[in-house]
Amino acid sequence: MYHFTYHRPSTLEDATSLMSGAEDGVYLSGGMTLIPTLKQRLASPSDVIDLGGIAGLSGVTVNDGTATVGGMTRHAEVAASDAIPALADLASRIGDAHVRNRGTIGGSIANSDPAADYPAAVVALGGTVHTTSRSISAGDYFTGLFETALQDGEIVTSVDFCVPDAAAYEKFPNPASRYAVVGVMVARCGDCVCVGVTGAGACAYRATALEEALAADFSPGAVDGVEVDHSEFNSDIHASAEFRGHLVGVLTKRAVARIA
Amino acid sequence: MASETGIGASVKRKEDARFITGAGNYTDDINAAGQTHAVFVRSPYARAKINGVDTTAAAATDGVVAVYTGADLAADEIGDLPCGWLVKSKDGSDMVAPPHPPIATQAVNYVGEPYAVVIGETLEAAKNGAEAVDADFEELPAVVDLATAASADQIHESVPNNQAYDWELGDKAATDAAFDSAHHVTTVDIVNNRLIPNAIEPRAALGEYDAAAGTYTLHTTSQNPHLERLVLAAFVNVAPEARLRVISPDVGGGFGSKIFVYAEETAVIWAAGKIRRPVKWRADRSESFLADAHGRDHVTTAQLALDANGEFLGLRVKNKANMGAYLSTFASSVPTYLYGTLMAGQYKTPAIYVEVQSLYTNTAPVDAYRGAGRPEATYVVERCVETAAREMGIDPAEIRRRNFIQPGDFPYDTPVALTYDTGDYEASLDKALEHIDYAGFGARRAASEASGKKRGIGFSCYIEACGLAPSQVAISLGAGVGLFEVGEVRVDVTGSVTVVTGSHSHGQSHETTFAQIISDKLGVPFENVTVLHGDTGRSDYALGTYGSRSLAVGGSAIIKATDKIIAKGKKIAAHMLEADEDQMEFADGTFTVVDSNQSITFPEVAFSAYVPQNYPLEDLEPGLSEKAFYDPPNFTYPAGAHICEVEIDPDTGVVEIVDFVAVDDFGHVVNPMIVEGQVHGGLAQGIGQALLEHGVYDDSGQLLSGSYMDYTMPRADDLPSFTVDTTVTPCTHNPLGVKGCGEAGAIGSTAAVMNAVTDALGVASVAMPATPETVWRAARGE
Repeated sequence: MYHFTYHRPSTLEDATSLMSGAEDGVYLSGGMTLIPTLKQRLASPSDVIDLGGIAGLSGVTVNDGTATVGGMTRHAEVAASDAIPALADLASRIGDAHVRNRGTIGGSIANSDPAADYPAAVVALGGTVHTTSRSISAGDYFTGLFETALQDGEIVTSVDFCVPDAAAYEKFPNPASRYAVVGVMVARCGDCVCVGVTGAGACAYRATALEEALAADFSPGAVDGVEVDHSEFNSDIHASAEFRGHLVGVLTKRAVARIA
Repeated sequence: MASETGIGASVKRKEDARFITGAGNYTDDINAAGQTHAVFVRSPYARAKINGVDTTAAAATDGVVAVYTGADLAADEIGDLPCGWLVKSKDGSDMVAPPHPPIATQAVNYVGEPYAVVIGETLEAAKNGAEAVDADFEELPAVVDLATAASADQIHESVPNNQAYDWELGDKAATDAAFDSAHHVTTVDIVNNRLIPNAIEPRAALGEYDAAAGTYTLHTTSQNPHLERLVLAAFVNVAPEARLRVISPDVGGGFGSKIFVYAEETAVIWAAGKIRRPVKWRADRSESFLADAHGRDHVTTAQLALDANGEFLGLRVKNKANMGAYLSTFASSVPTYLYGTLMAGQYKTPAIYVEVQSLYTNTAPVDAYRGAGRPEATYVVERCVETAAREMGIDPAEIRRRNFIQPGDFPYDTPVALTYDTGDYEASLDKALEHIDYAGFGARRAASEASGKKRGIGFSCYIEACGLAPSQVAISLGAGVGLFEVGEVRVDVTGSVTVVTGSHSHGQSHETTFAQIISDKLGVPFENVTVLHGDTGRSDYALGTYGSRSLAVGGSAIIKATDKIIAKGKKIAAHMLEADEDQMEFADGTFTVVDSNQSITFPEVAFSAYVPQNYPLEDLEPGLSEKAFYDPPNFTYPAGAHICEVEIDPDTGVVEIVDFVAVDDFGHVVNPMIVEGQVHGGLAQGIGQALLEHGVYDDSGQLLSGSYMDYTMPRADDLPSFTVDTTVTPCTHNPLGVKGCGEAGAIGSTAAVMNAVTDALGVASVAMPATPETVWRAARGE
């Protein structure tokens, strides 16, 4: 680990102002990605600004069909909440117990790891990402591999999820890392069906062809007729793009079967 | 007679209290006054010429004490890292080993090879210095693919065709004749995947130099500290053995990877003398992936010839073995004398011919890994047998029965140089079939099919040669060292016992098992026995632990020493009881005059030996401490039957092991609980090879599986609840009748899993590891 200046502000204002004054600052949320990166000397920030001292950024609340999860809410807390059972199920399958007790939703979606679980839920549950300066709809939030719409210094303060009529998350874990090779969240809200996919591409996205097929016929069989385009999918030693494309179909069917 | 703490009892481990409370004493826990820290600067290239290494900026970095390159070691006449087993090619020529300087001088030949070492006041200073080392590399095309390595660019100037040797074993003419007369020939093509050992404790070293005495002390994570000392003294020229002490304290797992003498501890102990301060190094996990010796990595074609009745007539094996960039300490022996010699398996195959070409590539060196050669051999034999059974329509259990060496056939000379002393292979198979409910498999398969799954069953009837080894046999086959073991039994004044063994425990539980033996033989309370190991300053020259040898060889040395204690004790007791020595009996800790009520206890005899008042000093030395060396007359031959049942989800390719039965014959068992634990660990590694683990380099020689993000270590939830059982045919040639259990799980299980996977899918072969995508493609007929 290289030397850096550590800060632990108690307000969001102090945090953003520290960031704007830093030469090359980073925010520390749960630290599940940042700390290993620092330990391996793969990053050398001038300042590490720990968001852990800021009150009011944690917790799950439900209001008017919207579940709001504070940016610093640990995965374990989401896993234990009954706001959206499918979201709780997703959170319960992130990493291991240590990760779930440290990692946060804000940290996860700010990092936008292509294999992270939460992004599938953010796009599938019509999420809105609230930050220190604005609100960003899910469709605009994830922009690429480890890329989001967040501007420099912007902090994720909370994430809104629509509470669906029904939803389910199916995950095909990487056998080594247990990240998602592919993760699919299917959510149904009235006549509307959303399919959020993580792991397969550069960042989480909604599989519109699958959504249309399922909107017409919400049954596992409806998935069979849909060709998943894997031309832009990730490929690595664990799964080719083709296999990922196949898994998107299989996991969507299984999620639908759990709901239907 | 088995007591609660004697031979045969599942005594709780003495070691566990300190291990599970964090009170173990590992190399990295040890700190010396004035200690410095070493960081190795490692090649980013798989193959490159070194035009120069500029250490100026590194040396000027704050807190850096010294920076050394290979040239500095060479200037001090520090020698190359040697390979300790000379294998000869078919034409009688010696194997070709390239120079292997501990720190690269002219060229780097795998990613992670060290080309400089930076020593700092702190680890951070050393890391900063390491980043400032500036090397001028000329990158060259890497040779990565084993199958084509012989015709690729020549890596080492002194090694034509990148070939270490082209070795053979067996009778080629007889084997060819067997194939000529065969009713059926089964052919299998096998890739035995590369594995990366991953002991829980990374390698570490702490080197110290005592300027006043001119002596060196090296604490390191070695499975065989005496061998480490021998190599560092006699070949690497650090210091004469008498001025070099090597201590392996608690060591957290080895699996073979800590047998070898590596660059890092060599540089650390040398540098300690150079700067006259202690030098500490501990590998990061990333370094372990890059620079520990890897395991397996073969490409093989094997053929089995059978008659119309399914009886084996001949076996032909043509194998290429990857040595990596250099020849590691015992690398040459693994695909030859620990592999070709096992090709008879449990069967009466009359003619066998094995050819092995060992080749260099620009990858980390490959050497012994749990099982070492024997898992590879078992995989070849058992894949052939299972495939032949399917091709000929014979039940896989039945084809094995038709070919087993029978209990009446022992001692049995195989056509590949071994003499099996004893065994009952059918007994193990029968027991395993019963445990797995073989008769009910058809119904279980139908139930799986009804739920859209594919179910398969696979067998593996393995044998291994353990208890390495009869010294004269090993030396005649090229070993550079004898393979005996030493045991010392020191009876204390009050009758407690300290045992010093040359075996080394890095998870094997010697402190418990050896104490059980002493408690059983001398009648001393278990808690009054202490076992010391892992220190060249404490025990005589010995060979350490690998090849499932500790109990069979190290334990036998302890028994021999114990026999000497009892013999001397009888003399002392006879004197004290005014009886004839011939009239003395010893049992349950008491010396008794035959057919009398006259007796004296072991502690009383011990006390008399050290406070020799009523003692025959004119005929007998005082004291009660004995030492013995034991050289085994033969290998031991643990064997068993493993049966695996899998269920496959054809939509995702996920393989679930739904049942796994291991019935092993380890001869007599000292501590069944510890043996079961050893079997569990071995099974996890064997199953890991079959389904999960894969060391992968890309075409440029970069390691793609260099962390736990990409290298799949088996976890508890990858594994079923094992059914483990034993049969017993005692080893005929060691005093305890034991065979060894450390490697069996890893040797037998891999083939059982893959036989089950191929059975479930109804395909001839599936590559290892059988990952979901591999299985999914196989299920689709790709």
